[in-house]
Amino acid sequence: MWTLGPIGFTAPWLLLGLVALPVLWVLLRAIPPAPIRRRFPGVALLLGLADERNVSDRTPWWLLLLRTVAIAGVIAAFAGPVLHPDQRRAGGGPLLVVIDGTWADARDWPRRLDRVATLVTEAGRAGRTVAVVSLTDLPAGPPEFQTADVWQARVPGLQPQPWAPDPKAVATWAEGLSGRFQTYWLSDGLARPERAPLLAALSQHGQVTVFETPRPVLALRPAVFKDGKVTIEVLRPAGGPAATVTVTARGPDPSGQETDLGTAAAAFAAGATMAVATFELPAELRNRMTGFQIAGERSAAAVSLTDDTLKRRKVALIAGVRDREGLELLSPLHYLREALKPEADVIEGNFTDLMMANPDVVILADVARLAPEEADSLQTWVEKGGTLLRFAGPRLAQSDVSRDAEDPLMPVRLRAGGREVGGAMSWGQPKDLRPFPEGSPFYGLAIPKDVTVNEQVMAQPDPTLADRTIASLADGTPLVTRKALGQGQVILFHVTANAEWSTLPLSGLFVEMLDRLAVATTPEQPTAADLKGTTWVPQVQLDAFGARHRADQTAGIAGEALAAAQPGPKTPPGLYAAQVRRVALNVIGPGTALAPTRWPAGVPVEGVQQSRERPLKGALLSAAFLLLLLDIAASLLVSGRLRGARAGAALLALALLMPGHARADDAFALRATHAVVLAHVLTGDAQVDRVAQAGLTGLSQVLAARTSVEPDPPMGVNIETDDISLFPFLYWPIAEREPLPSAKAYAKLNDYLRTGGMILFDTRDGDIAGYGAATPAGQRLQDIAAGLDVPSLEPVPADHVLTRSFYLLQDFPGRYDGQSVWVEAAPPDASKAEGMPFRDLNDGVSPVVIGGNDWAAAWAVDDTGAAMFPVGRGSAGERQREIAYRFGVNLIMYVLTGNYKSDQVHVPALLQRLGQ
Amino acid sequence: MNEPAPTLLRARAEDLAGRLPPLLAEADRLATAVMLGEHGRRRSGMGDEFWQYRPAHPGDDARAIDWRRSARSDAHYVREKEWQAAQSVALWVDDARSMGFSGDARRPSKAQRAQVLALAAGLLLLRAGERVGLADGRLAVRAGQAQAARLAAALIEEGGQDYGAPATAGLVPQGRALFLSDFFGDPARVETALARAAEQGVRGVLLMVLDPAEESFPYDGRTIFESMGGGLRHETQRAGDLRARYAARLAERKDRLTALARATGWQFACHHTDTPAAPALLWLYRALERRR
Repeated sequence: MWTLGPIGFTAPWLLLGLVALPVLWVLLRAIPPAPIRRRFPGVALLLGLADERNVSDRTPWWLLLLRTVAIAGVIAAFAGPVLHPDQRRAGGGPLLVVIDGTWADARDWPRRLDRVATLVTEAGRAGRTVAVVSLTDLPAGPPEFQTADVWQARVPGLQPQPWAPDPKAVATWAEGLSGRFQTYWLSDGLARPERAPLLAALSQHGQVTVFETPRPVLALRPAVFKDGKVTIEVLRPAGGPAATVTVTARGPDPSGQETDLGTAAAAFAAGATMAVATFELPAELRNRMTGFQIAGERSAAAVSLTDDTLKRRKVALIAGVRDREGLELLSPLHYLREALKPEADVIEGNFTDLMMANPDVVILADVARLAPEEADSLQTWVEKGGTLLRFAGPRLAQSDVSRDAEDPLMPVRLRAGGREVGGAMSWGQPKDLRPFPEGSPFYGLAIPKDVTVNEQVMAQPDPTLADRTIASLADGTPLVTRKALGQGQVILFHVTANAEWSTLPLSGLFVEMLDRLAVATTPEQPTAADLKGTTWVPQVQLDAFGARHRADQTAGIAGEALAAAQPGPKTPPGLYAAQVRRVALNVIGPGTALAPTRWPAGVPVEGVQQSRERPLKGALLSAAFLLLLLDIAASLLVSGRLRGARAGAALLALALLMPGHARADDAFALRATHAVVLAHVLTGDAQVDRVAQAGLTGLSQVLAARTSVEPDPPMGVNIETDDISLFPFLYWPIAEREPLPSAKAYAKLNDYLRTGGMILFDTRDGDIAGYGAATPAGQRLQDIAAGLDVPSLEPVPADHVLTRSFYLLQDFPGRYDGQSVWVEAAPPDASKAEGMPFRDLNDGVSPVVIGGNDWAAAWAVDDTGAAMFPVGRGSAGERQREIAYRFGVNLIMYVLTGNYKSDQVHVPALLQRLGQ
Repeated sequence: MNEPAPTLLRARAEDLAGRLPPLLAEADRLATAVMLGEHGRRRSGMGDEFWQYRPAHPGDDARAIDWRRSARSDAHYVREKEWQAAQSVALWVDDARSMGFSGDARRPSKAQRAQVLALAAGLLLLRAGERVGLADGRLAVRAGQAQAARLAAALIEEGGQDYGAPATAGLVPQGRALFLSDFFGDPARVETALARAAEQGVRGVLLMVLDPAEESFPYDGRTIFESMGGGLRHETQRAGDLRARYAARLAERKDRLTALARATGWQFACHHTDTPAAPALLWLYRALERRR
C-alpha cells in the first residue's frame, strides 16, 4: 500500500492514469460539442454566412474542468483510496492482547472486539502466536499463546463484565507470566490500583502498547432523596469542556411497561468532573421508579438502580378511639405517627377514604371490631399484597375477636383478657424481650435494656403459634406474631402502640422493627448492622452494557456481606431482595470517583478511533457520478439544447428539491379564513368524506338562505397535516376503519377543543343501535375519543341553548331519528331562576356534540341542489329533513354565538332596570 | 411507377378529402368575416344594376331612352346601368416543402395559412362575381360557387421541390394575380414571373407568409441547418452569432420584393403565422380591389 498523508491507496499504479488527464483536456478542448440538426427553410438566407470566429467552437473551460475532475475522481476511486489505513505493525514473537473487559469498555465493545480481531489477524499474517486476556475474566493459568486462527474463533465470545478487575487476582496472574512477548493493552481509560503493577510486570516481558479511546466515560452515583427531591450525581473521569448530560428516571407505567418517568439535565461545568441532576417527582412516580440511566450511554455505570431508599410507603393509620382530646401522648397513634413521618407518607381519615387511597400498609391501633364490609374489603386488600399491622390495646383485649376461631385478620387466636406483668396489681417484674431468633425478620437487631413490657394480650397455644411468632418476651410468650394471608401479611404487636403497656414505642428498636417490617424505609444506604442476619437474593442483575436481566436461581448472600460488597463475580451489581425489602448494588457506589489513567511516558498510547480504516472508493465514485450528471445538464446548456420543455424539466427537478409547502399552507389558511367555512374531518373513507362534503354544502346553502351566516364552500380537513384552528366547527363522521390520530394530532385536537373549537361527532349508526359502544362505529368513536380531552357528557337537556339558538327544537334528527345527542354536562349546581323557564347556564360552549343520526346524509345535496339521500318517508320524511337542517342551523349558531341566546333570558330584567 | 397503386391512391384521396372540408370551412368562415357586398365598377356599362339617368345625346339608340323617366320632364333621358365586368384573378400558393415549416407545434404551418388565406380570398372574389383560377394553369379562371371546391382541391396538393417560384402559365391578361409564398427561393425567378405578369398587364399582390421563428431566428449553439427537403445545408458553430446577419438578409429580401412590387405596380406585404388571418385577408381583398 502506498500512502499519501492520511490516505493510502491499495492499487496505486492506477493513479498513473492521472497523467492522461492533460491529454484528455486537450482532446476534449479540440472536440466541439455535437451539432444539432434543424430543419429550417430560412437556410436559403444563411448560405454563405461564415462564422465570425474562424476557430471552431470550443468546450468552455469550466465544462472541461468539470469533466476532468469527474474522470480524476473515477481514476482515484479505482486506485482504492483508504483513509487512515492500518499500518503494519513491526515486531515478532508472541503477542499478548490484554483487555480490561470492564463496564467502561462496554460503550464501544464491538469496536474493541474489532480491534482485537484485527490484531489477531495481523499477528496471524505475521506468523505470530497470540493470546487474548480479559482482566475481569482471567484465565486460571498463564496466557495460552496459540495460533491466530484458534483465537479468531474465540474473540467474538469475549464479554465485558459489570465490575472492575480484582487487583489481587491480577497481581497473582501477573506473577505467573513467563517468556518474552509483546503486549497490546486495550485500556478502558480509568485509573485503577492494579494498573501500575501490571504494567510493570508486562514491561518486563516485552514492549507494551496501550490503546485508549478519547471518548469520556460517564457514570451515575446512587440517587439520594433529600428534602423532597431526588438528586443524582453524574461523574466523568477528566474535566473537559462544559457538557450537558440527560439523565432519565425509569420505571413501569401503570400498565407495567418500563418507560421514562422523568428526565433531568446534568450540566458539567468546564473542567468539572461531577454534575448533578435533580428530579422533582410526585411520590406516586417516585415509588414506581426502578432506576436511573444516562441517555445514550451503554454501560453498567450509566445505570443506577434504586431500591427502597427512594420509596416512601403510604401508611394508613386507623385508631379505635379518636376522642381523647388533649392527651396527645396517650393517643394510640402518636408514637406511630412520629416514628413513620420521616420515612413514610402517613395518611389518616375514615376507613373508606383510606382504602380508596390504596395504601401500602394499614395500621390498626387497638381496633377490635370492623364492620363486615370493612373487614371484607380489608381482607381482599391484604390478599392482594397489603400489609396489615395491628396493635393490641384494652379494646382488643376486652373484645372476643379471634377468641374461639381465628379471625382472618388476626395472626393468632387470643385468650380473653390479656395479662398484666409487673404492674401494681400483679406479681413479677416487667418482662424483657428475648433476643430475636434466626429466621425472624428482626434477627440481628440489638435490644436496648430499657425495653420492658407490662401488659400484653396473650395468644392461645396453637400448633402454628411457634411458626407465627417473630418476637417474644423473655418468658417465651409471643410479642409479635405474623401470618401470611394471600399475597399479603397480617402482623400483630401484642402490646399497644403507645407507651401504656410497654416502653417499646419509646425506644429506637420500635422504629427499626417497623423498618424491618418494611412499614417504613430509611433514606440511607443500609449498613452492615442493619442487614445483619438477613439473606438477600439477587432479583435483577445488570450486565456490563447496563441491561437488566432477571436473576433466577442464584444463591442468596448474607446481609452483612451485601452491605460491604463491591460489585464482583460473587456479588454482581443488581437488585437484591429479602422478602419485601430491596437493596440495590450499583457499579458506582456513593463514594466512587473516576480518574483517567496516567500512563508512564515510555508507553505508547494509541487511540482506537484513529486507526479506523475508511475506504473512500464508494464516496469518490458517487461524487464522480454526480459530477457527470451535472455534466449532462451543462452540456445541454452549452449546445443550446436546454430549452423549452427540457429547461422546464430541469427547473422542476430543482424545484422538487426545494421545500415548497409554505405557499400551499398559506393558500389553505386564506381559503379557510376568507369567510366562515364549515369543515369536516377526512376519514380516509372516500364515500364518507364525499357525503360529509355534500352535507356541509347543503347546510352552508341553508345557512346562507336563512341566516346572516354565509359560509364559503366547506373544506375537508386532514387532522394530521392541516391547521384545524382556523375552523370554528368540525364535523367528524366516524368511519369504522378510521385510523387513530397520531399523538401530535391528538395534541392539536385537544388544543382545538380547549380553545373554543367544537367537534360534532357522528357515528352515523342511529338506525341500528342505541348510542353507545355496541356498534363498530361507536367503538371506534370510543377509541378515538380516549385520547381527547372530552368533559363529562349528558344527553342534551330540554333547556340547552342548542334547543333555541335559532329555531326552537326539541329533537335533533338527521337521516335517522331518536338517538339522544350528547353534550357537555351542565354543572350540577345549576338552578332555575325564579320565573324563568331555563336554568341559569351562562358560560361555556360544549366542545363536543356527539350523536349518531347521520346528519350529513340528511343535509347532503348534489351539484344540482337536490337532496342526495331520502330521509324517512313522504312528507313526514321531508319534515324530518327540515328539522335536521334546523338542527344544523342551531348548531352553527351555537358555535358562532355561544350562549348568547341564554343571555337573552335576562333581557326583560335588563330592560326593566334601564327603564328605572 | 408512374401510376400510384390503387390503395395508395385511395389513401391519398382520403387524406385529401379529410383535409378539404376543414380548409373550405375555415376559408369560408374567414371569408364570411369580410362581408363587403357586390362591388360595381363605379362606371356605366353593361350590368344589371341601375347606375344613372343621363340626358340623351344624339346618336343614342331610341331603344335606350327611358320613356318613363323622360315623360316626367321635357328632355329625353337614357337609363344607364353600372358596368359590372367580372375580373379574372389568378391565385398562386407556393406548394414547396419550405412552406411546410412551423416553428411551434401550436402554430399552423406556413402552407396551411397560405392555403386558407388564398382560398378565403378566392371565396370572397367568387361571391363578388369574379372569376378565379390558378396561376399555374391547372385550373382555368371561372366564376361560380362550384369553383370554390375545385380551388380547394387544387390548393392542397403538395409540391416536391424545396423552394417554389411563381407560375405564370394561368395568368389572364389584364387580370389580377395573388401570389402567396415565403419567397425564400431564388428572387430572380420571382422577378421573371412578375415581369411576365407586367407584360400581360396583370396587377396583383405578393404576400410573404413567414413563421415567427424565421423572423426572430431563436437558435443557439452548434447547429446544422437544413432546408425542408434536405437540399440545402448550412453548418455553424454559433447559431446565435448569425442572428443579426440573418435578420439583415431577411430585411434585404423584403426590401427587394417591395421594390419589385412597386416597380411592377404590385402590392407587397408580409404576414406571420402567429397573427390572426382575418386582417391579412382584409388587406388582401383591399389590395386586389384597388383600382388602377
